[in-house]
Amino acid sequence: MRLRFILNGKPMEVDTHSGRRLLDLLREDLGLIGVKEGCGEGECGACTVLVNGKPRLSCLTAAIQVEGKEILTVEGLWENGKLHPIQKAFVETAGVQCGFCTPGFIMATYALLSENPDPSPSEVREWLAGNLCRCTGYAQIIEAVLLAAKYMRGDALRVTRAEKTS
Amino acid sequence: MEELKVAEETRVVGQAVPRLDAEAKVKGEARYADDLAFPGMLYGKAIRSPVPHARIKRLDLSKVAAHPGVACVVSPADIPGENVVPVIYRDMPLLAAEVVRYVGEPVALLAAETREAAYRAAELAEVEYEELPAVFDPLEAVKSDAPQVAVPEAAETGNVFNHMVIRKGDVARGFAEADEIVEGEYRVGYQEHVYIEPQGVIAVPEAGGMAIYGTLQCPFYVQNAVAAVLGLPLSKVRVVQTATGGGFGGKEDVPSQLAAMAAVLAWKSRRPVKVVYDREEDIATTSKRHPAVIRYRTGAKRDGRLVAVEVEFYYNAGAYQTLSSAVLWRGLIHAAGPYRIPNVKVDGYSVATNTVPCGAFRGFGSPQVIFAHESQMDELAVRLGMDPLELRERNALRVGDRTATDQLLEESVGLMDAIERARELSGWERLRREAEEFNRREPFRRRGIGVSTVMYGVGMGAKAPLLDKAGAYVKVEADGSVTVAVGNTEMGQGALTVLAQIAAEALGVRVEDVQLAPVDTSRVPDSGPTVASRTTTVAGAAVLDAARKIRARIEAAAREVLGADAVEIADSKVWPAGGDSGRAVPLSEVTRWMWVHNWDMGATGWAQGAPVDWDPETGLGKAYFVYAYACHIAEVEVDLLTGEAKVRRFWAVHDSGKIVNPALARGQVAGGVAQGIGYTLMEYLPSLEGRIEGTLMTYRIPTAPDMPEELVIDFVEAPYSDGPYGAKGIGEVPLMASHAAVANAISHAVGARLTEYPALPERVFALARNKTHPR
Repeated sequence: MRLRFILNGKPMEVDTHSGRRLLDLLREDLGLIGVKEGCGEGECGACTVLVNGKPRLSCLTAAIQVEGKEILTVEGLWENGKLHPIQKAFVETAGVQCGFCTPGFIMATYALLSENPDPSPSEVREWLAGNLCRCTGYAQIIEAVLLAAKYMRGDALRVTRAEKTS
Repeated sequence: MEELKVAEETRVVGQAVPRLDAEAKVKGEARYADDLAFPGMLYGKAIRSPVPHARIKRLDLSKVAAHPGVACVVSPADIPGENVVPVIYRDMPLLAAEVVRYVGEPVALLAAETREAAYRAAELAEVEYEELPAVFDPLEAVKSDAPQVAVPEAAETGNVFNHMVIRKGDVARGFAEADEIVEGEYRVGYQEHVYIEPQGVIAVPEAGGMAIYGTLQCPFYVQNAVAAVLGLPLSKVRVVQTATGGGFGGKEDVPSQLAAMAAVLAWKSRRPVKVVYDREEDIATTSKRHPAVIRYRTGAKRDGRLVAVEVEFYYNAGAYQTLSSAVLWRGLIHAAGPYRIPNVKVDGYSVATNTVPCGAFRGFGSPQVIFAHESQMDELAVRLGMDPLELRERNALRVGDRTATDQLLEESVGLMDAIERARELSGWERLRREAEEFNRREPFRRRGIGVSTVMYGVGMGAKAPLLDKAGAYVKVEADGSVTVAVGNTEMGQGALTVLAQIAAEALGVRVEDVQLAPVDTSRVPDSGPTVASRTTTVAGAAVLDAARKIRARIEAAAREVLGADAVEIADSKVWPAGGDSGRAVPLSEVTRWMWVHNWDMGATGWAQGAPVDWDPETGLGKAYFVYAYACHIAEVEVDLLTGEAKVRRFWAVHDSGKIVNPALARGQVAGGVAQGIGYTLMEYLPSLEGRIEGTLMTYRIPTAPDMPEELVIDFVEAPYSDGPYGAKGIGEVPLMASHAAVANAISHAVGARLTEYPALPERVFALARNKTHPR
């Protein structure tokens, strides 16, 4: 069947079938490998994408459910090599280790900061409860989210330790 | 200002430079195993035993082969080389030919055009099993009438794969001198790695051999395994590491099994074959931390001095040896803790049962015994009426002391500094007092403060010194940028960045000018496995060795170019020694000159761990070339009405020598603390008659809200003279220390000793109510 939707700002039209998961459509048919499969049952959050601005687990979403909707993946956040402030913040706080959960965390963060531009650390913690990370212990991820919030609110750019040394 | 002064001593090492691989990862561009595809690629799948112990009477794959989309089936007879997954022993077959020994053991393989076809076809195999008596508990398996599980050639006696000992001093005399003696039995279950990227490899046939792409820690292990099953020389097998989404030991030996499966299928079908496990298959069939039964007896004088410890512990190894002998050995060496004890007797057993083979997991056999020895220390403290932190200080190893294996510690022992710093940062006395006040005030909640101190032998140690070597190749390009090739892998821990920092420091270049070559066994030197927290120390030393050779050549060339007797190099700039660095020339002018004058621009480096020597009869000797240390303190709150325990605050102080990258080191500690909290509080994987059924819905690991709101991390640096810039290992240590601090905090909170992990709410509830541990 034909499926039409907006993917990372561009109109898309693809052939698919009713049993296809959104995850497979994005990864296998459209080559968006930043969408990760960690468990296939909606527990780890690595496959998180935004559907009409809301975080959705693409492993539990049927492709046909996104007809006419807007989808945003991690690939849609950066342009011409320029990182989105959330991505920049994850790099600067060392909120990335193995990186497999990272796109899911970044998309969950995007959704959080769209709703709540100035979250408290405990709001960040609660919001991220649906995303599993086994490397970082979350501390530097939470720092990344708070730094990203600051960047996106347009506060004066904090000079990070990383910038000082480079 | 102060920071700048430190930065002048080492300009790159010691700096929190951003990870070199971070940008690709935040963009979603990093390619992990399942992100790669090759034309004509098939999907491979194992057909597995549903029973724990049986003789295979008949294997019929005809319906599998006839299923639409199936391109190839493999039974044991189709394996062109040896039917083995070689690890330390060679007892584990790739496919069980006659007898299956655990639920999930592969008996045949298939490859199909799609994943869906592969899953469906796997259900169609007709296998007839004649079930044999099975045994699941190591204490049952060691009995003389237990069913024989172990392949006899791989076991010392019966189902005892290995029995290892330490005999130091005379424990009978030691206990006779003791004023207080405590005793206890401790049990732990499985811990599952839950790397977020499941296991996965792709085998691609190429000119006369096989290429393997995969998520893995140890490319040279995989190369060896694939060569064995295909009957090929090592030179015909090429292993390429993809981006790797976490390892923690779980991708040490298991990728050899997946790669061997994919390789045999690719060999027969002459097409690329991908084998990627889903989470359920991954949890059910891959290695885990060994469940254990551990018995301790510890004696001390009235003043707290330890005089004797006696330990007996049993690790449930599963059906095959894999890494269990090495895991057992590390448990043995670490059994007495970081303490000065004159009389030590340890007996460790790894035992075969009809369960999935256990293997490497961060800490590698040490967390189990650490739970026990740190519990014993707290029991002793209660008995002696002494503060538990003070008891540890009285016994903590210092330079000049001897370890449980009678090894003289000649340098780099930062344990006392770590304890003092942790005491200071946490405000230990106040913290304990406040918890006691809270407990008097609150009817239904209890707070506890727990501490643990640990040591960690860096590297492979005397069990496998032949693996503690590393090669490196460093090449400076004509434009002054640098390529470094080593066979150690980046799995999230930051090796890539740390090794680049070491090369940059030694060469005097900017870290962003250094590129690590992709790990491909045909192109990088053998630098051993990426395990045992050894990469910074051993591979780092090899990179340093190579970089220093190049540095000498650059300096010689620079003297020519600048017409100077001596030169200085930093930040990719060169100037005459003692001269004005403001008038420096770019390094590229010198490297260009070297290139034009046909100079050799590359060098290999080599390093091996300092000599170790250990006697298996007595268990004495120099077990490891150096040790890292840590002191962790946890504050836990227990809800008496539900039994739920939550870690409120946490302090972690480490001595891992010189810290090459403080931001990455902090990440290692925070991640290890999280895994330790999970181990103690929630990670529960039951096995019923050897059958493990777990998903991430049932096997809970810590999420962000499960972490303490305050996590303070600090480092005391006791430099190691043979480590690059004084660095020792760090990767495993944080997990080793954290879980026992949490366990001790729970026991302190409820006033009864926790003796079994995980401390699920129902267990803590019963413990608090009955003051004895439920079995």
